Amino acid sequence: MLTADNNPRPPYKTYHEWYASQDAAHLIRKTQDAENIFRKTGITFAVYGHADSSEKLIPFDIIPRIISAREWRKLAQGIEQRVLALNAFLDDIYHKQEIIKAGRIPRELIERNVAFLPEMIGFKPPGGVYTHIVGTDIVRTGEDQFYVLEDNARTPSGVSYMLENRETMMQMFPELFTLNKVQRVEDYPRLLRQSLASLAPPGCKGKPRVAVLTPGIFNSAYYEHSFLADQMGVELVEGADLRVIDGRVKMRTTRGYEAIDVLYRRVDDDFLDPLTFRADSALGIPGIMDVYRAGNITIANAPGTGISDDKAIYSYMPEIVEFYTGRKALLENVPTWRCSEPDSLKYVLEHIEELVIKEVHGSGGYGMLVGPTATKKERTEFAEKLAAKPANYIAQPTLALSTVPIFVNKGIAPRHVDLRPYVLVSDKVKIIPGGLTRVALKQGSLVVNSSQGGGTKDTWVLED
Amino acid sequence: MLGRTANGLYWMFRYIERAENIARLVDAGLRVSLTRAGSSDEDWHGVLESAGVREAYSEVHAELTAADAIDYLLRDTSNPSSVMSCIEWGRNNARMVRTALTRETWEATNEAWLDLKARLARKLKPADLPELIDVIKHRCGLIRGAFHGSMLRNDLYNFSRIGTFIERADNTSRILDVKYYVLLPAVSQVGSALDNFQWESILRSVSAHRSYGWVYDGEYQSANIADFLILKVQMPRSLAYCYEKITSNLDYLAQTYDERLKAHETAAAIRSTLKRGSISDIMDQGLHEFLEDFVSRNNQLSAEITEGYRFYQ
Repeated sequence: MLTADNNPRPPYKTYHEWYASQDAAHLIRKTQDAENIFRKTGITFAVYGHADSSEKLIPFDIIPRIISAREWRKLAQGIEQRVLALNAFLDDIYHKQEIIKAGRIPRELIERNVAFLPEMIGFKPPGGVYTHIVGTDIVRTGEDQFYVLEDNARTPSGVSYMLENRETMMQMFPELFTLNKVQRVEDYPRLLRQSLASLAPPGCKGKPRVAVLTPGIFNSAYYEHSFLADQMGVELVEGADLRVIDGRVKMRTTRGYEAIDVLYRRVDDDFLDPLTFRADSALGIPGIMDVYRAGNITIANAPGTGISDDKAIYSYMPEIVEFYTGRKALLENVPTWRCSEPDSLKYVLEHIEELVIKEVHGSGGYGMLVGPTATKKERTEFAEKLAAKPANYIAQPTLALSTVPIFVNKGIAPRHVDLRPYVLVSDKVKIIPGGLTRVALKQGSLVVNSSQGGGTKDTWVLED
Repeated sequence: MLGRTANGLYWMFRYIERAENIARLVDAGLRVSLTRAGSSDEDWHGVLESAGVREAYSEVHAELTAADAIDYLLRDTSNPSSVMSCIEWGRNNARMVRTALTRETWEATNEAWLDLKARLARKLKPADLPELIDVIKHRCGLIRGAFHGSMLRNDLYNFSRIGTFIERADNTSRILDVKYYVLLPAVSQVGSALDNFQWESILRSVSAHRSYGWVYDGEYQSANIADFLILKVQMPRSLAYCYEKITSNLDYLAQTYDERLKAHETAAAIRSTLKRGSISDIMDQGLHEFLEDFVSRNNQLSAEITEGYRFYQ
């Protein structure tokens, strides 16, 4: 919030004045209120592997993260460029494969990747859109300095927190929203529905019927699935509600079976269709891929998009952006060592205490090593795993992340954060001004994942 | 509306209703042990029987004690009909149909779960029981109130109501059937002290000991008690009242969907039995036989609704 000479950074100026006028005890009480709101509403997530704590709250911090309109514009341009490149890349990979032919990406990296789906080769999804919803993970290292950590192009989660965090802030501190001109995020569900409906299959007559597919109430993100369905005003369905009848995907209603045009699925590719992918999946719909390939349903995001946000592909993103947009990437990539390459592996093993090492196919902060904070034992153990299967890992330096203030009992303390803005793709790209800011609540920690004890805060993009 | 959503609402409200009924049964059981000289733990036999868990209880506990019976009925999650299980399953169903519920209804359900989970986490002390039972009834009342005050009167509402009344009818008929022999006219026309005590306990299990007095001028008579709980349409836990509600909600569904199903015939037939029947006829035919037949027809109706509205397939 403050600059080196202890003045508030410009976007925080109004907030800082307001904060100075507040009583600490009052703010502590507000933090408690916020928790009660979340608990009462049931805004929870599940942590796998914790039997007795199956539903948890994500800690919420009451100090908003504030981004100026100017900084946001720059960021948004970079994200848009990147998302367009992702879609062009997917289209190319599943059709002409020019990027491979041009020698910019090794063929085996694509074709031997489990996220690459041969079933998608030669198929163009409705409207040519692969990634309907993207959540790009970004960190800031300084003024106008942004790095992309990950392009979540499969089923990015967390958008319900963006919306509920804003809702909670407006309930608790209405006066802040008259003092500051904050850009709206509340339109997200409506825009999402419009965006999904606009990409209905060409054969769809009348108003497209949209549904959200969830694995069910025991899924860690179930709250979000029900929240989005509710906010969009569409059915929330499970695999067992759906069946392929007469070449359409239909849901079982109290009056019989009714067809669905657009399915926003929150189920992974593997589980989508037991006839095509994992035969043991009870979450999917047998035969949906045939309906999809016949052009009778839109699946968002398209199956096979995982190849574009794979951690092994990530290191090629600068090339990918340049290849398809003809311009240098506006947003930087974090330098990445591909452990599959012998020289890189050697470097990573020698510098393990400086690096963050991630599993190529991992997510949610599981299976990673943060070198600088790990114990010697953890590092040695990880090095063994790494040496045994180097192609499974990539490594990145720890960035000098900027911090934002969070509220603790003693007042304000700095913590590391990342930012996930949400992007909707149809015939145009819409970026919601804001996003999910995740905070590493432990002092000095760089891990922001909620499954690892991270928290969230409201994210404000100011108007000019 | 999805078949699964109809199923979720139906069971959500069955479980909430059951939780409240179990709390009433425990309340009546406690009352017995407080007021009757020479009462014993054996009195809980009837309570477990009314809750339909007598056999399941003896699989877990070798002996019958008041403390174990109360624990089993209120907090044991291995008992699918314990208050804790019912609240847990009621809330799980509510989560499943979250998009069909108003925010008020969902929050009342979620808060009931949060509160009771905390209260039922530890072994119960006898001194805490009266308050706990009040809280259970209060929480269930809040869910019902939020639901009535905020839900649209559409098919969602109808399925929820049908669940409530199928469960309630099942519950009332069980309570009667467990104690049917104390209501038989052969015992006596005007009750002995023991009869009075037994009858009052039946009325208490359905929270009707006060209202009975208003309707039948205070005098306990076995035929009147049976009449009150079976045929009196003004009595909100009577079989007749439940079937008024079930048929009217089914009729709304028939109108909305423009389709009458087998369930409509079954419900109408049961309703007409209750509407035209007289308590003396029922007693003559055999109260136990009547109740047994009712429980099985009530179950049959539930199965027909499940199938007709595609709850599972």
